[in-house]
Amino acid sequence: MASMKSLRGTAPSPAPVAGDGGAAVVLDGVTKRFGRGPIVLDDVSLSVAPGEFVCLLGASGCGKSTLLNLVAGLDRPTRGAVAVPGHRPSLMFQEPALFPWLTSAQNIELALRLRGVGKAERRTEAERLLELVRLEGSGGKRPHELSGGMRQRVALARALAQDSRVLLMDEPFAALDAITRDLLHDELTRIWQELGSTIVFVTHNVREAVRLGQRVVLLSSRPGRVAKEYAIDIKQPRRIESPDVSALSVRITDDLSAEIRKHATLRARAS
Amino acid sequence: MSAPTAGPVIETSRAGADLSAGLDALELGPAEPRTPPLKRVLESVLPPLFALGFLLAVWQLVEVTRDPETLPSPTEVWDSLRDSVSDGRVQEAVVTSLERGALGFLASVAIATPLGLLLAQVRFLRRAFQPIISGLMSLPSVAWVPAAILWFSLSEGTIYFVILMGAIPSIVNGTISGIDQVPPLFTRVGHVLGARGLTLARHVLLPAALPGYIGGLKQGWAFSWRSLMAAELIVNSSTFGFGLGQLLDQSRQLFDIPGVLVGILAILVVGLAVDLLLFSPLERAVLKRRGLVGAKG
Repeated sequence: MASMKSLRGTAPSPAPVAGDGGAAVVLDGVTKRFGRGPIVLDDVSLSVAPGEFVCLLGASGCGKSTLLNLVAGLDRPTRGAVAVPGHRPSLMFQEPALFPWLTSAQNIELALRLRGVGKAERRTEAERLLELVRLEGSGGKRPHELSGGMRQRVALARALAQDSRVLLMDEPFAALDAITRDLLHDELTRIWQELGSTIVFVTHNVREAVRLGQRVVLLSSRPGRVAKEYAIDIKQPRRIESPDVSALSVRITDDLSAEIRKHATLRARAS
Repeated sequence: MSAPTAGPVIETSRAGADLSAGLDALELGPAEPRTPPLKRVLESVLPPLFALGFLLAVWQLVEVTRDPETLPSPTEVWDSLRDSVSDGRVQEAVVTSLERGALGFLASVAIATPLGLLLAQVRFLRRAFQPIISGLMSLPSVAWVPAAILWFSLSEGTIYFVILMGAIPSIVNGTISGIDQVPPLFTRVGHVLGARGLTLARHVLLPAALPGYIGGLKQGWAFSWRSLMAAELIVNSSTFGFGLGQLLDQSRQLFDIPGVLVGILAILVVGLAVDLLLFSPLERAVLKRRGLVGAKG
């Protein structure tokens, strides 16, 4: 982990960042390349304040998942530095990835156990987390006995069980139906407000990003760069179909489309 | 920036809880009606009984239309079975063979499991040894009998050697494929949760590999039993116990055709019983717990 003193003057950010010293996640000039392959992330600088909800938005090939892996500490940048002071961040995927040989409560308890929580405390803590994601009474069920939305809520509870102040989410609701997704947006907003955790949420759904985030960071594709940032001042809890959310979504979608169109010209020139 | 406020959140909280409960109920659907136990038993028992009756009928038909000297009728075999059960020879042979089979199988598990884990984890060793192991799997273990007799002479050691050579490759292969089938995402989740090395193996890799491993054990038992019978048919000595294979060979030497058929039936029934009473329920229980088979299996 890079020390904080090597970081200065990160990306200009419209969000209220409490100075770099207090940031929850800092990426400074991060470049990532796998072997001799193409550059996936190119000089990405980003600072996320404690308790901030940031959505990373981009088309395919913008290196969103690579970026989350770097922040989660599962991979190292080729150049630049990633700093996440404190606990190792927790990470949630598009698939719930619950262990099928454990019940929902045991899945959460395993995360607590690996964090070093004592046996007696694990049960009550797992129950509290299940209650937080509104699954009280479903702790004894196995993953295959739960609906898709319930599974993703258990996965959220497991991520929260790591007790890290930073929660990374990699398109966690992309595989859910629209009604369940809307509901989980409400739940996530509620939990974020209750816990005050820092959330970095990756998505390619513009309206989802506007519905959830305090700030949306638009990434360009191939290589991934920070293209633009938007501060979102709409009051929470928002509704995804509200005129405010729609208006901003239209603007961001236009910018995203412009980014994607660049690749059509590049490709035409190349052939 | 919208400061977190308590008011609207609590207001929507109740409605959100109801909505979420309603969605879950809709997606999960009504509980499936349970099949009555009697019907379930009939459904699983009737087809095999039908097959058995069909085979007996064909047997009887062939026996009547052809030379009854070489093919005994089902009733003759039944009488022979009753005789050998009443003088205790079959029971003794079954117990002797089961003991050998169990011991040989457990020894194979103890050797093959660490070997399989090692090959699954170390790529170089795996590339080096897996082709040999797959080759050994296709080698009928009876081919080891002559060599084993020369090395261990006519002793129980010969029999155990043949069992090990038969069962170890299939258990090694089962262990490797069990580890291979672990979804990479599970490993990633383990890493995110902070599990590495032995902790990762204990909490993630091994439990995730269990279904494939049990499949390997099941196949390993089948190979153990077959190898044991091949060895017992050939290796016979008054210095050690009399197993099912030896019983079968003795009947052959006495031209006791009903006795030979009794031997074959006993080998079949014991091998099947171990699978049906031990390995299949174990496999089904593990798969059912993980939602990989329906309740009816």
